[in-house]
Amino acid sequence: MTSKRLNNYGKINRDKTISFTWDNKKYNGLEGDSLASALLANNIGVVGRSFKYHRPRGIFSSGVEESGALVTIGSKDRRDPNVRATTQELYDGLKASGQNAFPNVNFDLGGINNYIGRFFAAGFYYKTFMGIPPFEWGKGTSIWMLFEKLIRKAAGMGSASRLPDPDSYEHAHDFCDVIVVGSGPSGVSAAIEAAEKKLDVILVEQDSLVGGDQLSESEFSTTNTLNQLQSLGIKVMTRTTAFGLYDNCVVGLLERVTDHLSISKNILPRQRFWTIRAKHIIVGSGALERHIAFNNNDIPGVMTVNASKHYLNRYGVLTGKDIVIATNNDSVYETAEQLSEAEANVTVLDSRTDIEIETKNKFEIRKGFVPYNINGTKKINSLDISKSENIKKFDTINCDQVLLSGGWSPAVHLLSHRGVKPKWNHENACFIPNDTKENITMIGSSRGLWNKDDCVASGVAGATDALNRLGISKTNYFFPKPGGWKNPIKPLYEVKYKKSRSKSFVDYQHDVTADDVRLAHREGFISVEHLKRYTTLGMANDQGKMGNIIGLSLMADLLNKEIPEVGTTVFRPPYTPVPVGALSGRNVGKHFRPLRVTPMHQWNIDHGAKMIEVGLYQRPWYYPKKNETLSDSYIREATVVRKTVGICDVTSLGKISVQGPDATEFLNRIYSNAFAKLQVGKARYGVMLRDDGIVMDDGTSWRLSENEYFMTTSTAAAAKVMAWLEELLQTRWTNLKVNVTSVSEQWAGAAVAGPKSREVLNNCVEDPSLITNENFPFMGVISTFLKGKIPCRIARISFSGELAFEVYIKSDFANTMMDLLWDNAQIYDGCLYGLEALGALRVEKGHVTGAELDGRVTIDDAGLGKMASIKKSYIGSAMRRRGVLNSENRETLVGFFPMDLKETFNAGTIVCEKNNISGQGIGRITSVTHSPELGHWIGIGFVEGGVNKWKDITLVGADPVRNKQMNLKVVSPHMVDPTGERMYA
Amino acid sequence: MIRINCPYCGERDHSEFTYGGDATIKYPSLDSSEKEWTEAIFFRKNIKGFQLETWHHSNGCRMWLEVERSTVTHEIKSIKPCHPDLQKVVENNK
Amino acid sequence: MTRFNAWNVIKNGLNGQSGWSRQWRDPEPKNNYDVIIIGGGLHGLATAFYLAKNHNIKNVAVLEKGWIGGGNAGRNTTIVRSNYMMPGNHEFYEHSLKLWENLSHELNYNVMFSQRAHVSLFHSPGAKDSAARRYNIMRLHGTDAELWDLKTLKKKIPHLNYDDSRFPILGAAVQKRAGNARHDAVAWGYARAADQLGVDILQNCEVTGITRKNGNIESIQTSRGTIKSKKVGFAVAGNTSLLWQMAELGNLPIESHKLQAFVTESVKPLLDQVVVYGVGGAHFYISQSDKGSMVFGGDLDWYKSYAQRGNLPMVQDCAEAAMAILPCLGRIRLLRHWAGVMDMTMDGSFFICKTPISNLYLNAGWNYGGFKASPASGWYFADLIANENPHNYVHNHNLERFEKGINIDERGAGPDPKLHG
Repeated sequence: MTSKRLNNYGKINRDKTISFTWDNKKYNGLEGDSLASALLANNIGVVGRSFKYHRPRGIFSSGVEESGALVTIGSKDRRDPNVRATTQELYDGLKASGQNAFPNVNFDLGGINNYIGRFFAAGFYYKTFMGIPPFEWGKGTSIWMLFEKLIRKAAGMGSASRLPDPDSYEHAHDFCDVIVVGSGPSGVSAAIEAAEKKLDVILVEQDSLVGGDQLSESEFSTTNTLNQLQSLGIKVMTRTTAFGLYDNCVVGLLERVTDHLSISKNILPRQRFWTIRAKHIIVGSGALERHIAFNNNDIPGVMTVNASKHYLNRYGVLTGKDIVIATNNDSVYETAEQLSEAEANVTVLDSRTDIEIETKNKFEIRKGFVPYNINGTKKINSLDISKSENIKKFDTINCDQVLLSGGWSPAVHLLSHRGVKPKWNHENACFIPNDTKENITMIGSSRGLWNKDDCVASGVAGATDALNRLGISKTNYFFPKPGGWKNPIKPLYEVKYKKSRSKSFVDYQHDVTADDVRLAHREGFISVEHLKRYTTLGMANDQGKMGNIIGLSLMADLLNKEIPEVGTTVFRPPYTPVPVGALSGRNVGKHFRPLRVTPMHQWNIDHGAKMIEVGLYQRPWYYPKKNETLSDSYIREATVVRKTVGICDVTSLGKISVQGPDATEFLNRIYSNAFAKLQVGKARYGVMLRDDGIVMDDGTSWRLSENEYFMTTSTAAAAKVMAWLEELLQTRWTNLKVNVTSVSEQWAGAAVAGPKSREVLNNCVEDPSLITNENFPFMGVISTFLKGKIPCRIARISFSGELAFEVYIKSDFANTMMDLLWDNAQIYDGCLYGLEALGALRVEKGHVTGAELDGRVTIDDAGLGKMASIKKSYIGSAMRRRGVLNSENRETLVGFFPMDLKETFNAGTIVCEKNNISGQGIGRITSVTHSPELGHWIGIGFVEGGVNKWKDITLVGADPVRNKQMNLKVVSPHMVDPTGERMYA
Repeated sequence: MIRINCPYCGERDHSEFTYGGDATIKYPSLDSSEKEWTEAIFFRKNIKGFQLETWHHSNGCRMWLEVERSTVTHEIKSIKPCHPDLQKVVENNK
Repeated sequence: MTRFNAWNVIKNGLNGQSGWSRQWRDPEPKNNYDVIIIGGGLHGLATAFYLAKNHNIKNVAVLEKGWIGGGNAGRNTTIVRSNYMMPGNHEFYEHSLKLWENLSHELNYNVMFSQRAHVSLFHSPGAKDSAARRYNIMRLHGTDAELWDLKTLKKKIPHLNYDDSRFPILGAAVQKRAGNARHDAVAWGYARAADQLGVDILQNCEVTGITRKNGNIESIQTSRGTIKSKKVGFAVAGNTSLLWQMAELGNLPIESHKLQAFVTESVKPLLDQVVVYGVGGAHFYISQSDKGSMVFGGDLDWYKSYAQRGNLPMVQDCAEAAMAILPCLGRIRLLRHWAGVMDMTMDGSFFICKTPISNLYLNAGWNYGGFKASPASGWYFADLIANENPHNYVHNHNLERFEKGINIDERGAGPDPKLHG
């Protein structure tokens, strides 16, 4: 192939030269070039290598269907593999290189595969590589995995960067009445018609310019069209691909914002992922020209006919000198004229005989001829041709380019995303879109219209259809019939090569040949889905945009069926590949998920807290003093709490306001323990079960007044419990007069725990008389004021087992509360304590949390069965009674000591009997801590049959994944102050 | 994207909502037998086609909705609040 | 039938591939079978194979309404592992993994099972402990399982997001014998091997009716005529409820939900292991296929559906989850996304059990876990059909477990089918 830039063609800016590199060599292009047109202008023919055989690949097309010219762009952390050179706009300094080749695409050692390709037929890898060749000796996967290493290296196309993508992406949203996909003649006319009828219209175009196929015409002004559209208020989005249609007329768009710019401007995102919610979708996505399968139909220099016209009229590039056009339809003759005018030497092979063609130019038309074989390897030397009736080599034409048109396939992809199967149109040898009940209308050549006038008319009809469906008008309209050529197309999919070992490509990138399709047929892979999967036809980057129909036709032929009887493949989104980065937008790195912090977050950090992730929250983990480790710190903190006083941020607990005359009845139904008689001014610990009788969550509920409760939940279950309460009230118990409101964000909370906690509070409240032991007993609740007249709620409840209070205050006053509490705690040598010390204190007491309540545990398992009321029914009370849930030998909450008190152990350890350390064991350790009070490690967890069964029996803790094993003693889970004297103090 | 027309908030993406489940389940009274509860909690009609189902407008007004939707095409035929009193309010505001 | 081996691949390379023939026959349905399996997916085909292989029951037909392997067999992310901990589940999935290890040889079909390690990240000390519980139980069953600390993990997978992650990566729970396989090959391999043992694989044979007589199933009406059988097995995950209702059996503890899967363009080797994680409400798994595509997935679309296509929120969610741990994926392009219909059960575990009809057997409720289960599912379902007694591993995997209070809930998510996976 000898391609070159002409002086008097194209819409490029000849005043602006752009330099770029290809495989590290510098070249020049012009502003307005695509990478492909610039490569062609520099007469670069070989730009890639195929997947399997590593055959040289040239530029096949000028658009998104490209399956040959896949290149790598950029370098380092901005290296983009598998970029279609045909749609990549040229920019100054663009670095492009060939891929899937060593050392380069021109001379690729992998090309050896082409010579041994006879062994690489479709699906050959299912038949070997299992064991030691030649008879696949051996067992297991090891031999396969040796082969696999080599296969993986050979597979893949481009090589991706392992560095984080440095670019930013954006999510964007919009709404409209009508979104029109495609700015060809039909799309533009639809958009104008809709806009003139006062609809809010978005027009998207994947190209940088509007015009669609008209950009391949010599006389077309994209600027005029754009101005006209914009003057009507239409939002025109270029460089934007509608990649998928989803439910309820939602369209996914990818807008390429900076991919065409040389300097990456950090203020702009690289791409935007748009979610458009439209009322109606009009798709004018055009049609794609097919190639023809014949021997060596992949040699660089082979191109679709329309692509050559596009390169000529848009980029001023003549793609060949001696050009043979092979066709079965009328669409090529305009191109043949124009190429001749551009002084190419053109010969047209038309497979049809009885056709009438009017031409102005003097190019030869050989009717009744088809391409048979290309001679050449990296470039075309000549084309052997055959008569279309009697297939064999008839003549040879010297040429450097072969342009193919095997017909056109309407781009029905977007409609296919909606599950609408296309229908076969025999006259035009293509699939055309079927009707759909959804608000989607197909127009233009994507519904099989080949004439511009028909396309324009279909645009108006499409807009009218939209108006009618939206109830705005009731106007009659009609769509032109599919087709529009003077002479009918004559199906031509493959010209069968008479010699064995032919290489007639159906799918260029994946090296699927016509013989592969025949082999699939012979082996019984005859349905389109089997064919696709067995041969990988249509699974490459172009998703079969060019080759699918050819594969189908070959199979139909073998089965003596019509193409539609073989089936249609379902096209999946996206229409063209979409970067993962664009889909994730800004939600990367630290912004992957929102961060929740408590109102005293900064206060905690300022006071030395190390934070830990708990769900979406960050909570204080521990407050190390100088040089303290986590373990030093939490042991000190827990010790101080037991000795004097500690303060802990408990804001992340869920908080729900339960109000209404039936609030008491409601709580009585959702908690397993009795709430009916809870007095005003008292709190109660409660356990909620799920419908199936398993523990859902625990927390406290404070009765603030006759009809109002303040409920706390665990941090993890806060959202779940809230939704659950709403569900019950709105769907099951609609007669209950109760309202629930989440007040988690409204209240900040701190636990004040330890023997000196009352003294601390004394100094913090306006009226200390309210908090004497008499006035404020265990589980009491008061609403009062902190110093400074700050309203607060205090309950005397304890998670640590010490005399303790939970103080809640409006979130805005969180820091004030912490300052106040902390100032006074220091008087008593108190401390701030974090989650780790909280854990230590509660494990010592045998209090359960999420680590124990894992969604499989009953209230009895958790040792709280006695709390459950036997006098009332509640959620889960029936299902709690189910058979095995009550068996004697269930795993029940216990405490653990290491037999050797110097030993440590981990949560997640499995507890076994000494003589049977295997399988499920008889229990597990769920939480551990060093107990400052007892001076050694302790744990809680579950053992079959509970404490009594294993008294004085040595068990084994097995922790093989951490190489640990230790002897254990089972004890009561209440390891410190089992009678609770301290709480009541 | 399924677009759900919340009676209170208007038409929103389904990602604002949480799917609940079969809206036709009749939960037995709390003191009913395990057998009745087992049937209600664990067994489903699992309709292919239009079904009545609940959705919670969890990132919106927090209303539980009864939605008639096709489990094949996702098309929605009707939407109303689950709570009868809220249904009345919506009806009166029409 | 030509054996699959390098010798024959080379021979056929020289003779123009002329020595290969149909990989399985296309027989006409017989009037009578000993066993009919409805559903030509991996489980149905595997069941037929093991009926013939293990139990010498060869008068078997597999009825497939479309083309074999066209359902969830082709809609999964091909991960094979046995990191289950509930009693029965672990033994079952571990046996499955053992069958996978020799499956290519057993079937004489390269299913490309690659034991590239399953690496499950943890992000907090608590998550590490709960992983330890699961992986300890695996070890105590003799299954391989280990914990990788951060240093080991960084060495094995250097390009995870260690520096800028919203949730810190602290290490991973690893099963080295786990990995992935080529899903289509498994369907075809079982079909070919079952066919060689005499099983009839009847494609385009849709069940249109079920005739019962004296409480038993007498015959099955299909688009290819009426077929009688002594025993009938259902293996139609995704559509189980529909068939169940056709047999007039009422409701099942199953809801159909859709799960999306994602494939990118192929690139040269980028990730050697299967990497999974779950944190901050996200759930994500990814591996690279031999062809070079990154194959990944996440959670359900969260609403009940029989549609085999997904919606944008979960597309976005999975992309975000991908970027969260592998920020180099930003420039890798998504090539295709689609959805499969899952039988989601009320506890996340499956059913291999007898039914109220004495000659009907049920294989269903695979949640996300069906692909890896295929060999053992076929093995134990065949065993149940042949011997009438459920094997010990699956004796609780029946429809009565809910009423009895038997809990096989790996996630502890409770009776909400969309929360299992």
